[in-house]
Amino acid sequence: MENFFVRYKNPLVLMAVLFIQVVALATQVKRQENRLGNGGGTRLIRVWSVTAFTPVEKMLVSTGHFFRNGWHNYADLRDVRRQNKELQDEVNRLQMEHARLKQDADQARRLQVLLDFKEKFVDKTVAAQVIATSGTEQSRVITIDKGSNNGIKPDMAVITPDGIVGKIKDVFPLSSQVLLINDHDSGAGVILEASRLQGILKGGSQGELQITDVMSDEKVDAGEQVVTSGGDRIFPKGLAVGTVISAVPDRDNDPFLNIRIKPAADLRRLEEVMVVTKMAETEPTVTSSTSLRAADILSQRLPSIPKPDANGTPTPGGVAGQSKKPAGATPKQKPGQKKEGEGTTVAVKVSPMAGAPAKTPATTGTPAKPTATIGNPATGTNSAASAKPAETKKPASTGQGTPTATGIKKPASTNQGASTSAGASGAATPTPTPKPKGTASNKPKAPSTAPNASPSTPENSKPKQSKTTPATPTPTPTPEKSPR
Amino acid sequence: MNASVSLTSREEIEVHRFSWPVSIGIPLLALFLQVYLRIGLLNILDLPLLVTIFFAVARRRPIAGLITGAIIGTLQDAWTGHPIGLFGIAKTIVGYLGSSLGVKVDVDNPGSRFLMTFIFVLIHRFIYMAINLLLVGGSEAWNWGHTILSALANGLAAVVLFLFLDKLKLRN
Repeated sequence: MENFFVRYKNPLVLMAVLFIQVVALATQVKRQENRLGNGGGTRLIRVWSVTAFTPVEKMLVSTGHFFRNGWHNYADLRDVRRQNKELQDEVNRLQMEHARLKQDADQARRLQVLLDFKEKFVDKTVAAQVIATSGTEQSRVITIDKGSNNGIKPDMAVITPDGIVGKIKDVFPLSSQVLLINDHDSGAGVILEASRLQGILKGGSQGELQITDVMSDEKVDAGEQVVTSGGDRIFPKGLAVGTVISAVPDRDNDPFLNIRIKPAADLRRLEEVMVVTKMAETEPTVTSSTSLRAADILSQRLPSIPKPDANGTPTPGGVAGQSKKPAGATPKQKPGQKKEGEGTTVAVKVSPMAGAPAKTPATTGTPAKPTATIGNPATGTNSAASAKPAETKKPASTGQGTPTATGIKKPASTNQGASTSAGASGAATPTPTPKPKGTASNKPKAPSTAPNASPSTPENSKPKQSKTTPATPTPTPTPEKSPR
Repeated sequence: MNASVSLTSREEIEVHRFSWPVSIGIPLLALFLQVYLRIGLLNILDLPLLVTIFFAVARRRPIAGLITGAIIGTLQDAWTGHPIGLFGIAKTIVGYLGSSLGVKVDVDNPGSRFLMTFIFVLIHRFIYMAINLLLVGGSEAWNWGHTILSALANGLAAVVLFLFLDKLKLRN
């Protein structure tokens, strides 16, 4: 027996070592199937191995960058004047492009607000340097010099300005491993930009990128851009992925196309990458400039609002915005009675104080169904206000100021004057309408219905409008007849 | 006492010993260069495999060869993201075969080194693929062209590399 072990010592040792490794490998595979991640033992091997090399690699990478940057700085100086001129031209061109795109983006945001659309965007990133690769062609993994000490966590997206790179696979204290998108085990939700076809981006065995779940009857052209769809919950939507190289029927997967993609980011020459450490999910907001523009448009449709003079006396015949009685708040409307145009009301946030003072032309003689309520802050109307009797409001004559549609109190003198003038003028149109004819006809001394004709109009209307959604104003029916 | 490792099992064959710094440093350097060099064409080379073959053949002791291969392969696995053991098992077997071959065949001339490395790269690749398919459940396809090209490149690199590593041998 002893001779047996001595004689076959080498093969026995080989079998023992192989047995240990196979068992360890099977254990890892089993854990992966149970989604328990790496075992403690194998993780330690990775941590030790990677951590041991990381400082040396960081030092070498930094040294290499030092010399390379020094050379580049010298070379760049020679062409800096010409490049500066080219860049200036590029900036001018991009500024014009930016202005045009901003208009489109603002419009898109307004529509997204209306649709209650929630968008995801990159909120915070951590820049990292690539310090190593897997060293084999069997796995497309890179190692970056940022780890858990820098807030890196598994499954975070890794991108470059050119496009997506991959996702964090394993995190160590000082470094992390990134699974590239062209690895055989990776996957990302993508969408073809022109045809809007969605698919899953996968890596091939030779490191190529491909989409294989698009039906062969779809038309996909070479050169089409591919962006992330956001469906994988890892990459934010809209990041560049690559360009379609070819789309041919897949022989192995018959009803589908084999779409080959050229990655936007050069995955073979990665040096600096960004790890998306935080993605925000918010509702888009409309910029203030956009609101002002919308307000300008709306104000052009409104009757002019006279600017009080130095004594606070409004111009005769003017219809002060704060004294106008919103039709929706007409107290003579019976409860439950649906007003004309109410069905098109756009809900907006209006202060509970919104509404008209009790003593306004509207309360004394406003037609029963003068307007549709719209989310226009200048009108001070909304559906909630319309259901509330105007008598419950604080009257303007109290001298304490009249709440405006946005809850901003105006000086009492202005209110009184406005109320008086409105009553005197018999302004029966409490709500600004797209058809200012009726209003104008009821205002004998109204200077003009155009806001620009009265310099005070924009000042009174803009701040209110800027706090609300610039919804499309619903056409307001003109009062059928004057209260007087 | 000389701080070296005597791994020769047969006195009639030239004794090759290596100092401890070389025994530890060269495999680590090979691993480091393998993961640090990010030049696409060099990815076709497998420096840890070449080092494994060299030490296994030079030492001519199967147990030392297989342990060297197991350690280098396991460390190499740590960088791949794959389950640890794929390269470990493959290089263990290559180390054992290399040291067994070194006992019987003269592997010091360039021609035999090229041929030996060429065959070992194919064996290494085959074992890796078999383990990946049978144990891990991978679906990587075998590419003959790429494998042959890799074997040729590694064979040529081995001829040059082994000449350099020969200078690190300690001789009596």
